[in-house]
Amino acid sequence: MTARSRFSARLDLEQGRVDMSHGAGGRAMAQLIDELFKQALDNEWLAQGNDQALFSVPPGRLVMSTDAHVVSPLFFPGGDIGSLAVHGTINDVAMSGARPLHLAASFILEEGFPLADLARIVASLAQAAREAGVAVVTGDTKVVERGKGDGVFITTTGIGVVPEGIAISGDRARPGDVILINGHIGDHGIAILSQRENLGFETVIQSDSAALHGLIADMVAAVPDIHCLRDPTRGGLATTLNELAQQSGVGMRIREADIPVREAVSAACELLGLDPAYVANEGKLVAICPADAAETLLATMRAHPLGAQSAIIGEVVEDPLGFVQMQTRFGGERLLDWLAGEQLPRIC
Amino acid sequence: MKYIDEFRDQRLARQLAAAIAAEVDPARQYRLMEFCGGHTHAIFRYGVQQLMPPNLRFVHGPGCPVCVLPMARLDQAMAMTREHGVTLCTYGDLMRVPASGRQTLLKAKAAGADVRMIYSTQDVLRIARDEPERQVVFMAIGFETTTPPTAVAILQARAEGLKNLSFLCNHVLTPPALRAILSLAGPEGVRLDGILGPSHVSTVIGTRPYAFVPREFGLPVVIAGFEPLDVMQSALMLVRQINDCRREVENQYSRAVGEGGNARALELMARVFVTRPSFEWRGLGFLPESALALAEDYADLDAERRFPVTVEASHEIKGCECPAILRGLKEPTECRLFGTVCTPDNPMGACMVSSEGACAAYWSHRTHMPSSGLNR
Repeated sequence: MTARSRFSARLDLEQGRVDMSHGAGGRAMAQLIDELFKQALDNEWLAQGNDQALFSVPPGRLVMSTDAHVVSPLFFPGGDIGSLAVHGTINDVAMSGARPLHLAASFILEEGFPLADLARIVASLAQAAREAGVAVVTGDTKVVERGKGDGVFITTTGIGVVPEGIAISGDRARPGDVILINGHIGDHGIAILSQRENLGFETVIQSDSAALHGLIADMVAAVPDIHCLRDPTRGGLATTLNELAQQSGVGMRIREADIPVREAVSAACELLGLDPAYVANEGKLVAICPADAAETLLATMRAHPLGAQSAIIGEVVEDPLGFVQMQTRFGGERLLDWLAGEQLPRIC
Repeated sequence: MKYIDEFRDQRLARQLAAAIAAEVDPARQYRLMEFCGGHTHAIFRYGVQQLMPPNLRFVHGPGCPVCVLPMARLDQAMAMTREHGVTLCTYGDLMRVPASGRQTLLKAKAAGADVRMIYSTQDVLRIARDEPERQVVFMAIGFETTTPPTAVAILQARAEGLKNLSFLCNHVLTPPALRAILSLAGPEGVRLDGILGPSHVSTVIGTRPYAFVPREFGLPVVIAGFEPLDVMQSALMLVRQINDCRREVENQYSRAVGEGGNARALELMARVFVTRPSFEWRGLGFLPESALALAEDYADLDAERRFPVTVEASHEIKGCECPAILRGLKEPTECRLFGTVCTPDNPMGACMVSSEGACAAYWSHRTHMPSSGLNR
């Protein structure tokens, strides 16, 4: 039997909605997987048709990371939950300097969710995976009753292999090291916020959601001795710097004037009482490297399309207390502290 | 950013700092109270205090609406969700303010109460329209700045005939609070040499309501904008008044504030609200004629009448110095809870919650002072 002939009618991707049978393990679920997921994601591992993907791995050290995505709204300027779920996990894997190999994706769907929206999300997820060259090799779908989810939640898990000689870790920042970022901060958080129904301001800001493994491959090739890499997602740049400072037992001195922030993001933050340093990013990385390699690293980053606006924003200093200090544009000094409470819920 | 960067210019800041340093009399103290939390926030965020000479000190006032809301009013709002099952809408800052028994609206929400964080009064109207089966209560808080939008929402609710929306009014008035602070004499009182007057509040009420400060208390007032250069220029204006023995209400924030305020906003407020005979302020106690309630014509939209609840007397957390800090008598660092058990992640007192609260401002903009006990 071919896949098509197993079902009496094709899935209605225009008017249809997710119902409980789509998660029940029966024919309806098989149809959803065949006609929607496999169709979009199509690769040799999914074609194996097993509950697990079988593959060989290259020699070396493997890294693994997982990330749950609950962003609201599901579609936002510059992306959607599908592309975000691919970029988020690829980035978490790649921040070790690894080349990402494969992804797994789990979908939790809410009863009543339009199949047309689901098809859009899965197509976007598939496209993001194709563009990144990282296949989704296994997955799962569950359905929860109406009111018990919020449309779609997606969890993705990724594995990757770390090249020889690379030892990137959050505890390796050393006094004298230089801190870099690959472009404008705050775009993702502001793009999401602009779509919230109770804010609804108009902006041209697009989410920066992007897979950074290509940029990172260039960076580790040029400067193998990068000490730290981390993506400043929730909690933004300030939170990531504090995490790294604490993990390494060092302090940092940042110059506000050197942090790239788009004018529109500054303006939105001003209006909403937010600080761009705490607003989420999905296509940014913080890199820390020895001072003598900083210019090489900066030039390499700027040569990549996802790092054209890269900048050196500060230095690592000795400080057992782990303070991140910022020289303000105004000429004063202030502490760039951890985010307290929650600035904006459900941004990724 | 145009119209913003100009007010944060580093070069002008240095010039102003030099002018202040040159004009202060080294033989005297300049204790300037900034009434508003917005000023407190700017002073810390931009490091303005560090740019001042050592004998000019900013004393932080009670102008943070979240900080002065008494626990009993939060207890009352939570009781409404519990006993009447209402949907309670309020601004985000209020969600984490500790009420009696370490309860917060955030915790009440997690326990099942329908509490919603809103950004504007228009959200409240939308929720009431969209969910006619729910009784929606807007917990309105703030000084004169946020009062006109509440007045507009009340008038809209009336015009649309929204039967499921009511208002729990906690709006408070600036001049009576300022009077209360200045009236506290003797060991209870704070010694001040000048007042940085509110900026946004003054766009609504104008400069006239502050005339009693020089007249009755012999102190100069400068209405100051919220940008760091505004604060510095206003400090310079106060220094000059003090040096010249002048006692006037001056207006530094003339780009937004007029003498008479915003006539339309004042008219709306007068139509919808009446002054309460007395209202409790956290840290200041009961102050006469210091807060607003819905006028009799709008009594049907008053949540306090629609959903009566009884609330027991509340007690501050032991050791919390919020009352003294709100009166300018103590610095946050003089509170033994500060930075130990009380941090923005786990606030004990209201001053640690809002970014406009003195304790939160101290904490999040503390500079590197290993000996000050401010280390984590």
